[in-house]
Amino acid sequence: MSSFWSGWIIVLTLGTLIALMILLRWNMKNYTDVEEGESMGHSFDGIEELNNPLPKWWTILFWACFVWGFLYLAFYPGLGNFQGLLGWKSSNQHVLSLEESREATERAREQGLNVQYDREIRRAEDEFGPIFQQYAQLSIEEIAHNEDALRVGQRLFLQNCSQCHGSDARGSVGFPNLTDGVFSWGGEPEQIYTTIMDGRQAQMPAFLEQFGEQGITEVATYVLSLSGRTVDRDLARAGEQRFVVCAACHGQDGKGNTAMGAPNLTDSVWLYGGSQRAVEETLRYGRNGVMPQWESILGEDKVKILSGYIYSLNQPSE
Amino acid sequence: MSKNKHEFVEKHVGWLAVFAIVAISIGGLVEITPLLFQRQVNEPVQNLTPYTPLQLEGRDIYIREGCVGCHSQMIRPLRHETERYGHYSVAGESVWEFPFLWGSKRTGPDLARVGERYSDEWHYVHLMDPRAVVPESNMPGFPWLAERELTGELTERKMRAFQRLGVPYTDEDIEGAGSEVAGKTEMEALIAYLQTLGTALK
Repeated sequence: MSSFWSGWIIVLTLGTLIALMILLRWNMKNYTDVEEGESMGHSFDGIEELNNPLPKWWTILFWACFVWGFLYLAFYPGLGNFQGLLGWKSSNQHVLSLEESREATERAREQGLNVQYDREIRRAEDEFGPIFQQYAQLSIEEIAHNEDALRVGQRLFLQNCSQCHGSDARGSVGFPNLTDGVFSWGGEPEQIYTTIMDGRQAQMPAFLEQFGEQGITEVATYVLSLSGRTVDRDLARAGEQRFVVCAACHGQDGKGNTAMGAPNLTDSVWLYGGSQRAVEETLRYGRNGVMPQWESILGEDKVKILSGYIYSLNQPSE
Repeated sequence: MSKNKHEFVEKHVGWLAVFAIVAISIGGLVEITPLLFQRQVNEPVQNLTPYTPLQLEGRDIYIREGCVGCHSQMIRPLRHETERYGHYSVAGESVWEFPFLWGSKRTGPDLARVGERYSDEWHYVHLMDPRAVVPESNMPGFPWLAERELTGELTERKMRAFQRLGVPYTDEDIEGAGSEVAGKTEMEALIAYLQTLGTALK
């Protein structure tokens, strides 16, 4: 802050405080000719104004406020560039990037500055850091069998994942059920971990132009037949001819490919619905499945615990 | 005149008003005026970019639908907030906001860093019917947004207003902005806006 504005704030703040003190002092003196408790000489509707002093409790409170105000301005930042005797600051508000924010925090730590938010975080790190580290040393399989870790995992899940996957982790149309043992990107612990850390982007292209309406119906019919549904055989046979295109991702046998997030089409799990109509819509317009990355938000340790929690949901209960 | 000096203001309502205005404006002079000239409220964070026309229209829909009545856009520097929402909001993120939409009511979660957190598809499903993805939600659905199309009629004028307020739009940015958004749905605009929130602080 420039010294002009700093001075502006200091003069106005202290000036106002002092002016108010003078005003209060002035109003405590009886400078009228009227004795205390006597009438001021006018009445309205029979109600008279008496020359009574300010109430004691009120005056004391007023003076106490001045004392409090001056102490506050001495200890906390309030007077322009004066940082206060405590050097207290709520946070590093001047930062222009996360990088600067990290630097400011480190600088504050090195120089022992009194930044409230940084102190709060440090205290939490000291308290909770060892707990997370202790679990992060376990393998994901071990986390899946550690009751305490799972309780942490569930909380993380409810806070960060339930918005899409549901608080019971059963998902909804377009957002995978995480409890059925079926994972488009693989259900091994490491694969779950990678999915959460880096996020995933699944792309089912639109096939309306290539297949035409009739083709869409045929392919959808064939796809439904893969999971053992009763379908029109002629349509399915025609669809099978076209399925070559689909096989590039979903495999010749339709069992999918976890490297691309191409779902297995032979099971009874349908991310976007398994009716003829839903499958046709998927084929016609394509689908974009996006799992956001969580590395920058949760960090490695928490993601690992979450992975353990997700993995545990798919293990037969003991 | 009697010795009772405050009788003067008590009996001259014009002067009473003048003194009252002087008294209450001191707070503003101390707390607001210096801020207008501070680096920290005028300097954008490093990656801040002005809204694209579509995002800008989305922002107006956010205002029109009253989202600000239930969602704040201000993460305070408190651990229980930053654990959930991310880095606390800093002044440099709001320098091109006229008016800012920090809000003060949190019936729903804070949205200051909701950008890129969920997929576009999630936002679509959620805005159509919040309970389709979050059964516990009490947010209303906004299905009409998917039907209503933007005309783009006022887009350029809005951008010009922001340009005048100091948002660095160039004339080329503004040229043709209306036709760029015309025909897009309000839903697309709102999602485009939501996906930018809080993403400039990198």
